[in-house]
Amino acid sequence: MNMIVCCKQVLDPEAAPSTFKLDAANNRMVQPPEVKPVINPYDEQAVEAALRIKDTDKAGNKVTIISLGNNLLRDVVKKPLSMGADELILLEDPAFEGGDSYAVASALAAAIKKVGPFDLIFCGRQESEWDDGQVGSGLAELLGIPSVTVAKKVEVQSGGTVKVERVVADGFQVLEVQYPALITVSNELGEARYATLKGIMAASKKQPIVWKPADIGVDKAGAAARKTRVVKLFQPVKEGKCDIISADSPAEAGALLAQKLRENKVI
Amino acid sequence: MADNKGILVVGEVAEGKLLPITAEILGAGRRLADELKEQLSCFLIGAQMGDAGKAAVAAGADKVYVADDAQLKDYENSTYMQVMEKAVAEVAPRIIIMGQTANGRDLAPRLAFKLGVSAVMDCLELAIDQATRLMQCTRAVYGGNAKAIFTSEAVPQIATVRTKASSPLAPDAGRKGDVVPFAVALDASKIKAKVLQMVKEEVAGIKIEDAAAVVAGGRGLGGPEPFSKELADLARILKGAVGASRPPCDNKWVPDSIQVGLTGKIIAPELYIAVGISGSSQHMSGCAGSKCIVAINKDPEANIFKEARFGVVGDWKVVLPAFMAKVKELLQ
Repeated sequence: MNMIVCCKQVLDPEAAPSTFKLDAANNRMVQPPEVKPVINPYDEQAVEAALRIKDTDKAGNKVTIISLGNNLLRDVVKKPLSMGADELILLEDPAFEGGDSYAVASALAAAIKKVGPFDLIFCGRQESEWDDGQVGSGLAELLGIPSVTVAKKVEVQSGGTVKVERVVADGFQVLEVQYPALITVSNELGEARYATLKGIMAASKKQPIVWKPADIGVDKAGAAARKTRVVKLFQPVKEGKCDIISADSPAEAGALLAQKLRENKVI
Repeated sequence: MADNKGILVVGEVAEGKLLPITAEILGAGRRLADELKEQLSCFLIGAQMGDAGKAAVAAGADKVYVADDAQLKDYENSTYMQVMEKAVAEVAPRIIIMGQTANGRDLAPRLAFKLGVSAVMDCLELAIDQATRLMQCTRAVYGGNAKAIFTSEAVPQIATVRTKASSPLAPDAGRKGDVVPFAVALDASKIKAKVLQMVKEEVAGIKIEDAAAVVAGGRGLGGPEPFSKELADLARILKGAVGASRPPCDNKWVPDSIQVGLTGKIIAPELYIAVGISGSSQHMSGCAGSKCIVAINKDPEANIFKEARFGVVGDWKVVLPAFMAKVKELLQ
């Protein structure tokens, strides 16, 4: 199986909410330099989904990672290589900055056409900055291939199909999809593997391929290729009016809490 | 598409009934349609949908198109896309609204990109800008750490709306509206996937999205047992349901279907009790609409205390039994 995984470098979503600062001039959020960016966690799970398939037949399987952005930190974007992916392509240029899902998916589609034939594309269900969740489905539409979103299990079957378990509100759907296809992956898939020392060593020796918009035949990228516009980005003010109930012991505080809820007609 | 007019809501039906989110987006769509003085249409796609069409009129629609076909029983995007493409060609709306459900979040981007536009996903609020007559969509971004207002000049404008973010109208059985069948000749060669099976993972008792009280646990509970013992007991006393933040689900302590958060269930109960939950923005996105949030956490710096109305700083193992005993006594 020839597999492609799209991975995005993002602000660390697990960092404390207080680390997120508004950069109003550029309509984006920033974090202080000591908070290091990460690969979007759902994208790591997408890498995991591809690697699980690669594990089944190492000889014929290949996993190519594509990341888009500007000033990408090599040790961050190389993480999928250290987990076991084979190749890394960076769409890296100032012109890629400031895009929406449409701009990003259009550039990814152009890059994937340049990469050549593939069987499966994996994406995370959504990235943790804009939380949009459109790039996967949109990319599939642009490439004219079927898509399944929010998968928790993917199995290659004989006869050119994959069996996918897709998470829905009260359980999961089991679908059979013809490939080439695109699958977005959710945390229900299970934890992504850690990079091994051997993997980190191998990754450090690999040089990513870097493509600019002209290399993939894209004349409008990033902010220039947007279909939507941000009118305003803002941080709502939180009032923080928690009534902390204190007593001589935690147990007494617990009982007092029940009383407070009763007085306020909550229970 | 300069002549596009009106608003099109894509509704969902289960067992012959409109989903609550469909009534919510019909309410939101009605308000926008009235502001624009244009029509509100609704598409219902599925099989054996009973009187759902009438219910959509009662919930605010002027015209309801019902695509009822055995092949549309289960959602699958290459099948549903064929209906939606024909629907958009027929109605030519200026705005399309869907629910941010498993199906809406799957269908909206595919439809948008097919039409050469981009959707705005998981919106909290939709409004019309009077000067341009364009829709402006407010949504949470950066895991709930910020909000943004989006718009687009490209027509149709497409948005999905978060569960419980907008209020439905009071159902009015006397409202006038047309319900018409919508036939689609499905092209089998375009269907690229088939649904083999639907596996339900129902949790016993009250569903978390319907419960008036939710008792949720986090990483701080340390394992699966407290969910089936202490939390379940308290939920029973309060006639509510048990929920969880993401770590207990990822660790397989509890089923994924009770995860509360940005990518889990979005709920708005009267009372939400968070036990051993730090209160990340992603988690709060799933419960911020609760009327009263109560936090029990041993870390006084935990973010949950910035969001809660009442809190106790302490070890849940000590606080919870005493709290529960007192609740029991008060409710007797």
